[in-house]
Amino acid sequence: MILLLIGAALCAGIVASALLAVHLGNTVSAAISAGMASLFAAITYVVLAAPDVAMTEAAIGSGLTTVIFLYAIRRTSEPPEQ
Amino acid sequence: MIKRAAALLSLLLLGLVFLRLVVDYAPHTALNPISEHYVAAGPDELGAANIVTAVLVTYRGLDTLGEVAVFFISAAGVGLLLRRRERDMGKTTTHRPASELVGTAVHFLLPLIFLLGAYIFINGHLTPGGGFQGGAVLASGIMLRLLADPHARLRHRTVHLLESSAGFGYVLVGVLGLALAGGFLDNRFLDLGTFGELFSAGAMPIIYVLIGVKVGTELGAVLERMKE
Repeated sequence: MILLLIGAALCAGIVASALLAVHLGNTVSAAISAGMASLFAAITYVVLAAPDVAMTEAAIGSGLTTVIFLYAIRRTSEPPEQ
Repeated sequence: MIKRAAALLSLLLLGLVFLRLVVDYAPHTALNPISEHYVAAGPDELGAANIVTAVLVTYRGLDTLGEVAVFFISAAGVGLLLRRRERDMGKTTTHRPASELVGTAVHFLLPLIFLLGAYIFINGHLTPGGGFQGGAVLASGIMLRLLADPHARLRHRTVHLLESSAGFGYVLVGVLGLALAGGFLDNRFLDLGTFGELFSAGAMPIIYVLIGVKVGTELGAVLERMKE
């Protein structure tokens, strides 16, 4: 029962952060919310006894992807150089 | 208006595709025959304590080789798109230096992060994790280093040498399996050893170390490209 509640809360977290990522106007905040969705997914995988997948999701989904998004946002939003 | 309707329609169609999955969903009560074979015979056949690794590296080794190839192609694509042009070569962009907190923490954390990454892929056949996870941890270490010192550069020659020799080694191990054991990427051309020991499961640790090095260097190179 408790496990079910935890699972439901985590899934709600995934959906909430994904919705935030879509609706936030600021791209940096959106990228971070997308990373949060991955983090919730990673915790869900741990709860579902899939540590291998959870490690990948945490390292790549919420870590590296977020940073690559942030770098990409910085590169594309730089003011044109003279 | 038409655009909206089209978007709504495609959403509905997508929902229809997933609807069947949700409606027909019934939790599995037993393993399907092939999973059962992997779970029952895997430890004896291949000597790996971590069944996930046994499946990824050996039973489905060719798929993993394909994944590594996809990784390589995407990293090469990023490198091609973000290559430094001739006219940018002389230009040095000034970055704001990282805070002292980050700079000091890197000196403490970087060896530990690299150690953790190496631990994850060396023990891939015993504990959760493996080449991809360990490689991603290595890359996060590289990322931390790049964050702390914006002027840090990877040694491209070393990175390329490591990456290509790891990729070559992976295929070589696969061919050795074909020549000396049952098939491509068969891990049994080396002694299976004692179940649960570090040096066991035949060629599995070697394959995962090679994948770890390859993924780590590739992701690190992508991060550096993005940062420039």
